[in-house]
Amino acid sequence: MTLLRTQNLSAFYGDFQALFGVDVTVEQGETVAVIGANGAGKTTLLRTIAGALAAAPEAVLLDDAPIGARTPHEIVRLGIAMVPEGRRLFQSLSVEENLMLGAHSGRPGPWSLKRVYQLFPRLSELRRLPATSLSGGQQQMAAVGRALMSNPRLLLCDELSLGLAPVIIRDIYQCLGAITAEGTTVVLVEQDINRALDASTRFYCLQEGRLALSAPTKNFDRAALTAAYFGL
Amino acid sequence: MQWLNILIQGSLLGGIYALFAIGLSMSFGIMRLVNIAHGDFIVLSGYVAFVVVQGTGFDPFSSLLIVVPVMFVVGYALQRGLLNQTLSGGLLPPLLVTFGISIIIQNGLLQGFGAYDHRLQEGSIETASLRLPGGIDVGVFPLLVFAVAVLSIASLQFLFYRTGLGRAFRAVSDDADTAELMGIDNRKLYALALGIAMIFTAIAGVLFGIRTIFDPASGPIRLILAFEAVIIGGLGSMWGTLIGGIVLGVAQSIGAALDPTWQILAGHLAFLAILILRPNGLFPRTRD
Repeated sequence: MTLLRTQNLSAFYGDFQALFGVDVTVEQGETVAVIGANGAGKTTLLRTIAGALAAAPEAVLLDDAPIGARTPHEIVRLGIAMVPEGRRLFQSLSVEENLMLGAHSGRPGPWSLKRVYQLFPRLSELRRLPATSLSGGQQQMAAVGRALMSNPRLLLCDELSLGLAPVIIRDIYQCLGAITAEGTTVVLVEQDINRALDASTRFYCLQEGRLALSAPTKNFDRAALTAAYFGL
Repeated sequence: MQWLNILIQGSLLGGIYALFAIGLSMSFGIMRLVNIAHGDFIVLSGYVAFVVVQGTGFDPFSSLLIVVPVMFVVGYALQRGLLNQTLSGGLLPPLLVTFGISIIIQNGLLQGFGAYDHRLQEGSIETASLRLPGGIDVGVFPLLVFAVAVLSIASLQFLFYRTGLGRAFRAVSDDADTAELMGIDNRKLYALALGIAMIFTAIAGVLFGIRTIFDPASGPIRLILAFEAVIIGGLGSMWGTLIGGIVLGVAQSIGAALDPTWQILAGHLAFLAILILRPNGLFPRTRD
């Protein structure tokens, strides 16, 4: 069943057009990677789905209902949560307060403070500390936990690996398995192609705001990906 | 002993300045809104109380039962209907719009009530006093105002640090875009924030109206005192704002003791001195 679909999605920063008629489909329960070079429009795609950038109403469909013109807080209520690039934890809130803020929309579901602490036991020990006193990897866990607290049907992860050591990236991606096991659908944006392909079943490759390639992650043509990635 | 007296009277005076400053501090802290009309809203609250007292026969304290909800609605509606539209374009648009509102309130009050002084009369409590050990007389009313200021700030601290709404306020203050992505309706939250700020503005307006005469043009001087208290205390710090009010009050009392004409000037000089020595105020919290 199709959870999310974009059709002929275009996005703009002022006069600058960042996405040109992008069509992507995300099925219920799958993990989809979006890869591409710097400036290809990956983050823009996620931000448009999350409502932070304006789109035509019919350009983004959740369960076939148009949500392109909804505001970000309405979209959270509909079940799409975002782990923003660079974590963006609230600096004057403690770790636990950051997590609880994620539950602001009050959506019911499997995720609670207790469940998030089970997933990331380290956070439980650090819960009284200011969020910004955490290490990068711990902050990333808190950012993922904060998004989960809204009990999303679709989790958008923007550059989970950004600025983190490989061993920590591995830990975080292992936790992703527990998240998808709850039935949560995930869209991953990554610069680290191999990491993204390992974690997903399908991928889209963007190039300069256009869809360049879409394929399952098993047995795809490496040469075609290279061509799509670099625009050769 | 005379100096102890000055210190106590000045501190109590600072209570009312802190009350002036709470609303301003909140709207700047949460939405980076510099509300130039803040002083006029204090005065407006005084007039609303005056009308309520005339119309119902309530005393000014009881009139708060009506003035507070009225000002909450005024704040909520003003933010929702007008000020939210000014917040995306930097600091200047809200400054200009609230400057315009200030002019509208002043002239509206002039039209409706004339240029005369008004006062709220609370009866014998205004002149009652207590004698402290050591022969210092303290007015009951200034003491009450100070207690209200401390209680107001304590309740706001509770709101900010112990409730879900307060958590959302702090998150929006930190990073409004990310807060929206986490499911917070910033516009509604801002409207609530100005509504809550107006509750304290209303209390300040009524209490000051009992203490002193007011007329349609007395808003701007209230605004300056509120600004000074906020900046001395440090932006975004509520207890700092109380300290800021006390610093102003004590400076004014010292000035007045040296020469009665120096009272207001001494407060401004203390403000300038702190601006030079500690440009971020005594207890800064808000970062931009």
